[in-house]
Amino acid sequence: MKVRLVDICHARSGDKGDTGNVGLIARKPEYYPVILKYVTPEAVKKHFEGICFGPVKRYELPNLMALNFLLHKTLGGGGTVSLKNDAQGKTLSSAMLRMTIDIAETITI
Amino acid sequence: MKDTIRVASGQGFWGDLLTAPVDQVTKGPVDYLMMDYLAEVTMSILQKQKLKDPTLGYARDLVPLMETILPVIASKKIRVVTNGGGVNPTGCAEAIIRIAKKLGIRGLRVGVVHGDDILTGLDGLLARGAGLKNMESGASLDSIRERIVSANIYFGARPIVEALEQGADIVITGRTTDTALTYAPMIHEFGWSWSDWDRLALGVVAGHILECGGQASGGNFSADWRSVPDLAHIGFPIAEASRDGGMVITKHDGTGGLVSVQTVTEQLLYEIGDPAEYITPECVADFTSIRLSPEGKDRVRISGVKGRPNTDFYKVSMAYADGFTAIGSLTYSWPDAREKAMKADEILRTRLADLGLSFDEIRTEFVGLNSCHGPLAAVPADINDVNEVVLRIGVRGRDVKQVQRFGMEIAPLILTGPPAVTGFAGGRPRPSEVIAYWPALIPKDLVSPVVSVTEVS
Repeated sequence: MKVRLVDICHARSGDKGDTGNVGLIARKPEYYPVILKYVTPEAVKKHFEGICFGPVKRYELPNLMALNFLLHKTLGGGGTVSLKNDAQGKTLSSAMLRMTIDIAETITI
Repeated sequence: MKDTIRVASGQGFWGDLLTAPVDQVTKGPVDYLMMDYLAEVTMSILQKQKLKDPTLGYARDLVPLMETILPVIASKKIRVVTNGGGVNPTGCAEAIIRIAKKLGIRGLRVGVVHGDDILTGLDGLLARGAGLKNMESGASLDSIRERIVSANIYFGARPIVEALEQGADIVITGRTTDTALTYAPMIHEFGWSWSDWDRLALGVVAGHILECGGQASGGNFSADWRSVPDLAHIGFPIAEASRDGGMVITKHDGTGGLVSVQTVTEQLLYEIGDPAEYITPECVADFTSIRLSPEGKDRVRISGVKGRPNTDFYKVSMAYADGFTAIGSLTYSWPDAREKAMKADEILRTRLADLGLSFDEIRTEFVGLNSCHGPLAAVPADINDVNEVVLRIGVRGRDVKQVQRFGMEIAPLILTGPPAVTGFAGGRPRPSEVIAYWPALIPKDLVSPVVSVTEVS
């Protein structure tokens, strides 16, 4: 089945220099294994094509049912250097929630 | 000896809700009020202000705020810890002492933590072996040495604890870690050992939750923002710490907002890197060990937090001048708003090229369509029917004259470009100086914080 992350997750994002951080949090415990399996750094890098120009790194926080992504070279130089309206990556969280994953499992949303 | 203390978050950044700290000290019991004013960009702004007037360089909001809350905190014995001292904590403390005298509050002890500002001593530190290479790129400081406008060490809780031990009711610091403002009072009250890594890490976690104010208590909450009650009167978060190691995040009864496992989790994930390596001057906290559990209305318990020994380095944040930017915008309306905005962008870029101007970057965004999610943004079904699109165009370059010249090319588009355009208020976009960051590490034995406490007579 196809699942949009906005239906199974919530998120918050911020910046460290030119790197954006996106915390992706499963809304229910049963969704965490799903995002762990399908929201890989490779999938996220592909999703952010044209926005993220560096590597994507993923960290796991199972106790919080969350993944933390670091999106390098994403904020137009970052902070005060950037010409972007969203120079601090505040809306990368909602951009992440646009992502659709195609999963083999059946889950209730 | 208290068995439980309540540390209240009053400000999450300079520019935050001015009523929040007042609410925190009047709407329920608290023992400490912590206020974080310093983002990286703030230090360089303050450094510039201090260059113009040596008595400035601190968060000026703090002075009228203290005038409002000093009588309350003096009578309720609430102590204040804030990094609002910026690049002039001594000047900030003097301003607060003047206010205390004016209000007739005698016996108030104001502590100052400084020594973090290494701008003037930079050459000496470099000579003594502080490499100060860029910790991200590895680049040598030589490339920007002449352009540095601020340089500050991130001290931790130790000097704040020292000020509290000396009886300070108000502790004004320069650059300290945001989290230390919250856990220094816990160390002071409960006598946590400097090698009790788990306990220190628990304090760091509480500090991370409190350091962005309302962002932990229902603000900017993505899971279900509609469900957050009364954001107009949002209560900022409070960390309730117990001597036995208990830690609960809550807020005052009767305030708006929401403290839930979800709101706290979002804040825990805000601006972190490797969650297993949250480095502070006192310990390395492991955010993957955190467990959160609901404990009634607007109460979330934190447990399980593990910490490891601290490193031998302090983080240093330096800022340096790195060229200029200017950003202008124009609003195009229906019909064909996007097409008009795109045409205006094309005309403008042609004119910039004709003038022979060159920039490191020219960036165009169409606000209303793609400035937030770029190419991921959904395109409306009938793009030509969108009522309005804001053309936002910015340039960055080394030559201030060229950046300034760009600013003169926005307004002419109104009478010499596509029709039905407005939104040009505020005059020509002016060049603003780019202040870029240079994060580095410095061995702890090269620098020392300085603590002093003055009693208002």
